[in-house]
Amino acid sequence: MTIATVDFVPTELARGRGGGGPAPTRTVVAYGFWIFLLSDFVLFSGLFAAYAVLSDNTAGGPTGAELFNLRSVFIETMCLLFSSYACGLGALSAERRRLGHFYISAVFTFGLGAAFLCIEISEFAGMVSKGDGPSRSAFLSAFFTLVGTHGAHVTAGLIWFIYMVAQVAAKGFRPHVLRRHLCFSLFWHALDIVWVGVFTLVYLMGAR
Amino acid sequence: MLGRLSWAAIPLDQPLPLYAMGVVGIVILVVLGIVTVKGWWPYLWREWITSVDHKRIGVMYVILGLVMLLRGYSDAIMMRTQQAIAVGDAQGYLPPDHYDQIFSAHGTIMIFFVAMPLVIGLMNFVVPLQLGVRDVAFPTLNSVSFWLTATGSLLINVSLVIGSFSRASWWGYPPLSELAFSPDEGVDYYLWSLQISGIGTLLTGVNFVTTILKLRAPGMLYFRMPVFCWTALAANMLIVAAFPVLTATFAMLLLDRYLGMHFFTNEAGGNQMMYANLFWAWGHPEVYILVLPAFGVFSEVAATFSGKGLFSYRSMVWATLGICILSFMVWLHHFFTMGAGADVNSVFGIMSSIIAVPTGAKVFNWLFTVFGGRIVFTTPILFLIGFMITFVLGGLTGVLLAVPPVDFVLHNSAFLVAHFHHVIIGGVVFGALAGINYWFPKAFGFTLDEGWGKASFWCWLIGFYLAFMPLYVLGLMGMTRRLQHISDPSWQPLLLVAEAGAIVIFLGILCQIVQLYVSIRTRESRRDLTGDPWNARTLEWATSSPPPAYNFAVLPSVETIDAFWEMKRKGLAAAEPAYQAIEMPRNSPIGIVIAFFAFFVGFSLIWQIWWIVILGLLAIAITILVFGWSEDREREIPASQIARMERARLGLGRPA
Amino acid sequence: MQSVDRLLDDRTPGVEHEESTANVLSYTTGLGLAVLLTVASFVVAQTNLLWPPGIPVGLIVLAFAQIGVHLVFFLHLGSGPDHTNNILALAFGVLIVFLVIVGSIWIIANLNWNMMEMPH
Repeated sequence: MTIATVDFVPTELARGRGGGGPAPTRTVVAYGFWIFLLSDFVLFSGLFAAYAVLSDNTAGGPTGAELFNLRSVFIETMCLLFSSYACGLGALSAERRRLGHFYISAVFTFGLGAAFLCIEISEFAGMVSKGDGPSRSAFLSAFFTLVGTHGAHVTAGLIWFIYMVAQVAAKGFRPHVLRRHLCFSLFWHALDIVWVGVFTLVYLMGAR
Repeated sequence: MLGRLSWAAIPLDQPLPLYAMGVVGIVILVVLGIVTVKGWWPYLWREWITSVDHKRIGVMYVILGLVMLLRGYSDAIMMRTQQAIAVGDAQGYLPPDHYDQIFSAHGTIMIFFVAMPLVIGLMNFVVPLQLGVRDVAFPTLNSVSFWLTATGSLLINVSLVIGSFSRASWWGYPPLSELAFSPDEGVDYYLWSLQISGIGTLLTGVNFVTTILKLRAPGMLYFRMPVFCWTALAANMLIVAAFPVLTATFAMLLLDRYLGMHFFTNEAGGNQMMYANLFWAWGHPEVYILVLPAFGVFSEVAATFSGKGLFSYRSMVWATLGICILSFMVWLHHFFTMGAGADVNSVFGIMSSIIAVPTGAKVFNWLFTVFGGRIVFTTPILFLIGFMITFVLGGLTGVLLAVPPVDFVLHNSAFLVAHFHHVIIGGVVFGALAGINYWFPKAFGFTLDEGWGKASFWCWLIGFYLAFMPLYVLGLMGMTRRLQHISDPSWQPLLLVAEAGAIVIFLGILCQIVQLYVSIRTRESRRDLTGDPWNARTLEWATSSPPPAYNFAVLPSVETIDAFWEMKRKGLAAAEPAYQAIEMPRNSPIGIVIAFFAFFVGFSLIWQIWWIVILGLLAIAITILVFGWSEDREREIPASQIARMERARLGLGRPA
Repeated sequence: MQSVDRLLDDRTPGVEHEESTANVLSYTTGLGLAVLLTVASFVVAQTNLLWPPGIPVGLIVLAFAQIGVHLVFFLHLGSGPDHTNNILALAFGVLIVFLVIVGSIWIIANLNWNMMEMPH
């Protein structure tokens, strides 16, 4: 994508009114990914809506209050939050081309994210093994799908992150590698935002 | 080994689908044969299949839409014929099981694989040119989007021959669409083909919102963009906002069917009304996704063929954005009768009436654009006039239906069927046909034959009124939709008129096919040498016909609305600009490769051949990872080559 | 060219070029606030610190606050003209999410009420 050579663009064309010509690739990519993330939020809103509507339909099976262990939810939440923090620090290291710092924050980003997943998977496995799986009731279907979709996004993110770190290791902090890392950071923070919704609406409200 | 797929899936006992597929199969083989014998494969692979050029992708979308129109239309005329003859004691020729598949396929195909591709195709071709830039924000993603849509379309076509299609209508309401009542593969064909093409559509939405907001020629402020780009922006914002809801809804139904969950089942607490609610939360924005770009086409056509600028550009823009936002606040009018009660119904009824206001403002703007202009009666402007009459009438019936008490009488009657065909044909189809006739010379370098174009218009217009006016009357007389057999013989005369209308529309489609054939044969006499055959106003006409791969050698500097008109008024630059090398994205096979594996993943999910599903998903993942590692994805067109191409173009008699 | 980009360019969400060390502060502040808000949510949900009928509202307010913290401190979303596109897109997304969730709850609640079994 080439930007036209503009010798002079009057400032009234510039800020916020969009007259400055095609934006640089980094802006275009980041904005496009931001729009994609917003579409992902809408996807989650559909699942949240289904959960909200079906959360009382327990069909004689267990309710949230009976199933949810708020202590492990708190630990999960802290894991994901600190993983987001580490990811942010990693983005800073990448911008400043500090490879060592980048790897350290990558370890924490991945490790804490993986810890989140482990806790979630063991929670799911526990419920399924007791017969309270997603096919038990509409409430459980909605619960497993909403929380599971978030977990699937986290899993995909972790796989993507390994690929990203491999690219940094193999190619260094090149512009396109940095752009993708920016997209990953947006994705990871967005997942934490969705999790705020999940632990509030599903676990905290459901456990009452 | 092959899941639930067996030889029994091929409908050897049903002559109609076998015959249809036989004909289609022969046509496909003949086409493939000709391509092979003439050695066109390298050209097709290089210039079309792996192209990431928005112009090529746009043309492919339109071709997909027009080809699927033939299948969708065959379904239509089969239904019309069945209803015309299956009255009283006569049983017609389509048993209920077939009829149900046909009306389900008709709706699904027309919305997802005719209307969407036509509209997206026009936006693909036109928007970057009108914005004065070289391509969309993510060209390779654009190719992926197209090929995923093609995969979805292929899956639906395969359902004709291998197994059967859904009988649960184009909505797929549970509990009918749940395993208990549709245990076979039909609903799965519907769900997977739409999920796959839905990914493509969502990516298109992301692509175009980013393009329109972040990639415009220097000086093109938001309020200097052509109105078609504003309507494209609104439509793509709606795609980004609405399609994830459909994805989530279909995912929940798939989870019910595949993993025994209970979102929408009759037992264990499922709530079927939630499906209807979520489906239409997507469904209403969807019709605006279709019609807003059509409105944009008409804005361009009205201005160009009246020789005047669009009347009240600003109010057009605000009306478009208003419709965009409001379209997300009316969805309950699709299920007034489901029982939400008076409070809820009245809120949504009022919102549905309100959305007519900005639409009406747009109609007045088109009228005032044309008023006092020097009208050139080409095919596009005939479609504009036909649209203004037809869409307004159809919209009025919509406002009638927006009144909940009226809807309680007319919900899901033939009146409703007439209403939505009225606005979709009058709006979307006429808009797509106008757009195709308008931009064809830009895409291919020669105009379409006017005579056959006008003939197709008149057939479509007359055929539409003949086919659907009787349905309004029948709806008021009590006829519901989707009837395979008519028990009241007093309805038959009207149904025969409707059948006649369907045949006239079919003649219109034939006229279009003839128009294409004749235009190609006589193209030399209608070559567009100037790039501006209509004396138009927007930037796409500032390029050659067809434009070079890079669109503009130097991005235009924009100072007003209707930038090209301004350039012509001030006289185009006499001095040659200093050409620079241009970087363009390389072609990529990733689109068709992913779509190829996606087809097998989809097919195997439908037939429950799990090992192919896993292998296919792995193949897609590996493709993406390999593609993500590659480096050399741009090619440079040297300045000397650009200079040569531009001089050749200018030498062909462009106005100075 | 870099400076021209900065003049003309909108800001993206996420990290920018040439940020100063104050940015580690931004992330750390965000983390601290988020931890506080999370702890507050858990406390509010499990105790009677808040008037019980108001707990759902309280939790929602805390959740919005924490989402805001994420948007501002982790995603660096601001309010200047450079951020207009990002904020508008977010606002549109929030509107849609609101309509889908609240709309569905309202509609289904009404439908469920009308579908309730008749006493017999």
